Parts: sequence; structure tokens; C-alpha cells
Amino acid sequence: MAKPIPIEINIDNRNYRLEVSPSMRLLDLLREKLDFTATKECCSIGECGACTVLVNGRAVDSCLMLAAEADGATILTAEGLSQDGHLNDLQEAFLEKGAVQCGFCTPGQLISATYLLSHNPHPSREEVEEGMAGNLCRCGCYERIIDAVISVSEKNGGEK
Amino acid sequence: MFDFEYIRPISVSDAVDFLKAHGSETRMLAGGTDLLIQLRNNEIKPLFILDLKHIPELQTGIQQKNGIVSISATVTMSDLIMNELINRYFPALIDAAKVIGSVQIRNRATLIGNICNASPAADSAPPLLVYGAEVVAIGPKGIRHIPLNEFFVRSGVTILQEDEFVTFLELPIPQKKMGAAHVRRTRRRGHDLASVTLCCGVEETGIVRLSYGSVGPRPMLVVDESGVLVDRKASEESKAIVFESMFSQANPSKTSMRASPAYRLAMLRVLGKEALELAISRLDEGGL
Repeated sequence: MAKPIPIEINIDNRNYRLEVSPSMRLLDLLREKLDFTATKECCSIGECGACTVLVNGRAVDSCLMLAAEADGATILTAEGLSQDGHLNDLQEAFLEKGAVQCGFCTPGQLISATYLLSHNPHPSREEVEEGMAGNLCRCGCYERIIDAVISVSEKNGGEK
Repeated sequence: MFDFEYIRPISVSDAVDFLKAHGSETRMLAGGTDLLIQLRNNEIKPLFILDLKHIPELQTGIQQKNGIVSISATVTMSDLIMNELINRYFPALIDAAKVIGSVQIRNRATLIGNICNASPAADSAPPLLVYGAEVVAIGPKGIRHIPLNEFFVRSGVTILQEDEFVTFLELPIPQKKMGAAHVRRTRRRGHDLASVTLCCGVEETGIVRLSYGSVGPRPMLVVDESGVLVDRKASEESKAIVFESMFSQANPSKTSMRASPAYRLAMLRVLGKEALELAISRLDEGGL
């Protein structure tokens, strides 16, 4: 067995100090070890975006990152979006616009949209398409997902 | 995934020492977007993964010094896209960085990782070849500066020795006015690998540098100094003759799933004209 690596990590505003196996991915740490099961495993090769989380504010595929690489990092998963048991504006917009069908891709979609809006608060429709091209939805809710992201931008004073 | 040790050196010299002892059993980790897939698929079984991201000497980012822009091994595609120096001097590299993978991939994948992976379809390779990039590698025998065009051997293979690794990529700021553009064809919009990837650079002197990938075992660079391609009075036939000789080194794989050789060769010609026109219009707008 390879030598375990001690790491410190903050996930959804909680600090963890633990040891991980070198070959453990960030996705495995979240889902298997710490039970953050909103983050989904799907393609495991960085194509579908179901495992997207924010690492130090940047959207990444957690299937393409080792847990050891996340030492010292701050992680945001879809489970950290709600505040005091209330859904945030983006989550509400997904419900309102019907941007969720089976729901499997939704946590990743929410995180990618959060990242997009964090550096581009009022994206054009095309910018939403480009910014979220790394998140697949096999139910084909793309138009409604874009509607939801745009509606959050409008609510925050963006152009209609 | 295969069981390996995770090594995290904090200096270049520590990394060099480690590779001197364990080079053949070690793979380097920067962004990891290709490496983790290879590990997961058991395509590679290294005993050690050496993470370069905690070496302060390699966290220098993108810096300009004496007419050279130096890019360190930890610089991601997203870092490039947001960088003012790269936007000002190397717009075709921005074109390419913007179409690599998805946002999530660009936030992790490094430019130097893309080069070291040596995919014939690497989108960053054509603009880097057009701009005359040089690879800076280090090993037990010291530092080597390698022109990028001599770095690639074939798919997945570079001239790097097992005990060497790349620390920086250096881009000379063009001394003459230049316009350049990168274009590509994919099977679908959004997140896909290139069926053809191509960059064209036009100097005000009339020299045209053309680089293309995904149509042979490695990205190619060809230079035409005749001036025909930028001559507005030259006939389409005479330009086509120049293009044909520039594309003569293309030899697409017959077994690739992304596109047939015939389609790639046809698209190479379409993209060549497209990139040339875009490069000329950028030169006309003032170039760099």
C-alpha cells in the first residue's frame, strides 16, 4: 500500500483534517469518504461535468483531480449552495424554469452556473452556452438551464 | 486506479534529484486532466506521481523579460486566456486556449502539460509553433533550450529524456508586425477534440508561417517566403500551388475515429484559407 497523505481541506464551510490514499480522486473523497453525494460520478474522464465542484473558486471536474492535490483547498459542492435550509436564487431559478428533469446532472450544472455568474454576473445567452459546455444533460434540458441562469442575471439587474 | 506514491517536491532541484533516481518510474503531474485518465484506464502504471504545483520557482506565471514572454509549468489555459501579455502579443494562442476542453478542463489543464502530452491534435501546438516557442527543460545534466519544432517526435512522444522535465515555455515577442489566427474543425460544437487544428501567422514582410495538427503523427510547421499568399494581385491558382506544397506533409491516420483522412485533408485546405484571411485582416488592423 502506498503511503497515505495527510491533508487539510475545507468543504462547504467545514474544515476536515484527514489522510487520503495517493490514488484517491477528489470525487472519491467527497462521495465515498465524506458522504457529499450530491456531487455525481458519471463519465469519470472530464467530459460530462456531473462531478463539477469549485476548488478555490474555480470550477473543476473532481474526477480529474487527486484528493492529495486538494490539500489546503476550499471546496464548494452543490450541497453548500443553500443557506440555513433555504435554496439560493440559482437553485430556485432551476425549479421555476423547469431546468431539472431527472436531476442527475443538476448539482454539476448548478456549480458551473455559480462559477460563470461569479466572474460574469450578466452573461449573454451565448456566453452561458460556452460557459456551461462542459456539463451534459441527457434529458436535454439545456434551453431551460440557460433560461434559469439568465433569469438570475436579470433578477440581479442584468439586461432582459 | 493503480497504487502509486504521491511526491510533492518544493524545489526544482529536489524534483531533478528525484527524477535522477526514479525517472523511468515517475510521471509528472501539473493539471492532471490527461494523466488521471491514463492512470484510471491503466494505460500507464508509474510507481510515483510527482506534483509540480508546490514548487515556488514554477509558480512565476507569465512574465516578460528582454523581449521574451516566459510561461511557467503551472500556468493553466484559463490563466493564459485572462493574461494581458498573451492577449496583446499572442492572440492566436488565445484563440486556441479558448477552445481547449471545457471551462472545467481549462481551469486545470496546463499549457506545458498540453505540450508534453504530445498529442498530434493538441490545439496549443500550432500557435506555439507559429510564434517560435522554445521549451526549457531541466535534468541532471542541466538546462536545455529546445525549439518546440524539435520537441515533438510522434503521438505521445517527445525528445525529453526520462530524467528531464519542462519548467518553462518561452515565446519571443514578434519583432516585426504580425497577424496570426488559430482555427479548427471538431465533430460538434463545444467540448471536443480537433479533427483538424491549424494556425497561420503572417508577417508584414510577406512571410507566412503555417502550422497544423491532427493530420499526422505530430504537429507540423511550414514556412513560405514567396509572398504569394499575401499578394492581393496573385491569382487563386498560384496561391493554391503554394498551399498544396505547404500541406504536402499532412498524412492523417486511417484508423482515427474522429474523421476520415479524406475529410481531414479537405478541411485542412478550407481552414488554411480561413486562417490566412483572418491573419491578414488582423495584420491590416495593426497586428501586434
